[in-house]
Amino acid sequence: MLVATVTKTIPLTAVSFVLGLVIALVVALARLSSIGPLSAVARVYISLIRGTPLLVQLFIVFYALPQIGLVIDPFPAAVLAFSLNVGGYAAEVIRAAILSIPKGQWEASETIGMGYATTLQRVILPQAARVAVPPLSNTLISLVKDTSLASTILVTELLRVAQLAAAPTFDFFALYGVAAVYYWVICLILSFAQNRLESRLERYVAR
Amino acid sequence: MSELASEPSVRRDLLTVRGVRKAFGELEVLRDISFDVPAGTVTTIIGPSGSGKTTVLRTLNALDRADAGVIGIGDVSVDFGAPVERATLARFRAQSGMVFQAHNLFPHKTVLQNVIEGPVIVQKRPKAEAIADARRLLDQVGLAEKADQYPYQLSGGQQQRVGIARALALKPKLMLFDEPTSALDPELVGDVLRVIKDLAAEGWTMVIVTHEIRFAQQVADQVLFIEAGVVLESGPPAQVLGAPSEARTRQFLQRILDPI
Repeated sequence: MLVATVTKTIPLTAVSFVLGLVIALVVALARLSSIGPLSAVARVYISLIRGTPLLVQLFIVFYALPQIGLVIDPFPAAVLAFSLNVGGYAAEVIRAAILSIPKGQWEASETIGMGYATTLQRVILPQAARVAVPPLSNTLISLVKDTSLASTILVTELLRVAQLAAAPTFDFFALYGVAAVYYWVICLILSFAQNRLESRLERYVAR
Repeated sequence: MSELASEPSVRRDLLTVRGVRKAFGELEVLRDISFDVPAGTVTTIIGPSGSGKTTVLRTLNALDRADAGVIGIGDVSVDFGAPVERATLARFRAQSGMVFQAHNLFPHKTVLQNVIEGPVIVQKRPKAEAIADARRLLDQVGLAEKADQYPYQLSGGQQQRVGIARALALKPKLMLFDEPTSALDPELVGDVLRVIKDLAAEGWTMVIVTHEIRFAQQVADQVLFIEAGVVLESGPPAQVLGAPSEARTRQFLQRILDPI
């Protein structure tokens, strides 16, 4: 199980989360854009992701896409489904975080000659990060546990290994108990990292 | 500054504003604003709240884009009635530096980082040179020892002076101030006004929206009284503030100087 955790669960979580954040940033900016169609597409995407079960999304990517000729291996299929899912949820978090930054910050950047991308990168996102870290940590911690769903599409991640071991021995308590502890430990470490990150980002805020 | 000093003694207009109009939806905020600001002089804009005085200032930096009218700063002139190219707009913006009422410093950057952000990131000047410049400017506004602090660690007046240094660091031709002291505690106002006065003495061309009538009297070469989107009265402070010809101006001054 340790092997499955290190080689599957953790990489699956990490890759999906990073890709998901990239998708989320793009979707959030599209949603905030003044270009009507762009904003509409982002809205529909968010609505679809949040309005359908993750398990269904996973099945569509792994079982349905092959029917139209798109065969994807279990692990990349899981990465695809999870990052699209994270993208939908985190987009709203990032959008809200960007909106929480006062208009004056955009204006000040404008008056010193910065364009949109530079302002976003140097002024808005660093400040929005502080707002977004707690809710994004929630998303990440949910994702750690959601990766267990990948067991249904033949990814031999942590839960799948526990299942396979339990099948012949009927040792459900011990094996699923250990699996649960593994998830919990990962989440504990992430919570600790979240606290560290938060206090780092709080350093310029009056207390 | 050295540029200004080397200019001929004949006063040229650094800023010319002709027929500027601006509406927000149905609301016509500016209805034909025209005025000139000679190089090396200070113009203060006064007027009741809602008169459009802040909007005038913001159109000078294209933070609010005028719907019509021509604004010229230095050798960059823009006709806002026609489509404006991005590059032209950027060049136009670069002519002026803006100091906001609410300072709008970048809270996640130190005082020094705030001041060098524009020169290093936008103007691509060497960092060491920008830092040396920034330290000199911070010294000038009396905050040399605050360079490594974050904005939240400063008082309102100090924050505002950093805002001034940040705008100066880009070496604009024209400095714009939007009610720079309105958000400050009364005992902090003086420090900020002193810095602005020093800049006037150095020969900076400035446009200042303010409620500080006494300050306007001391520092201004020209006062504009704006009401309902037009320049109702303009001239030297002795005339506009001392002996206003318009009844509305008199009324406004009386209300400000003697509020009760």
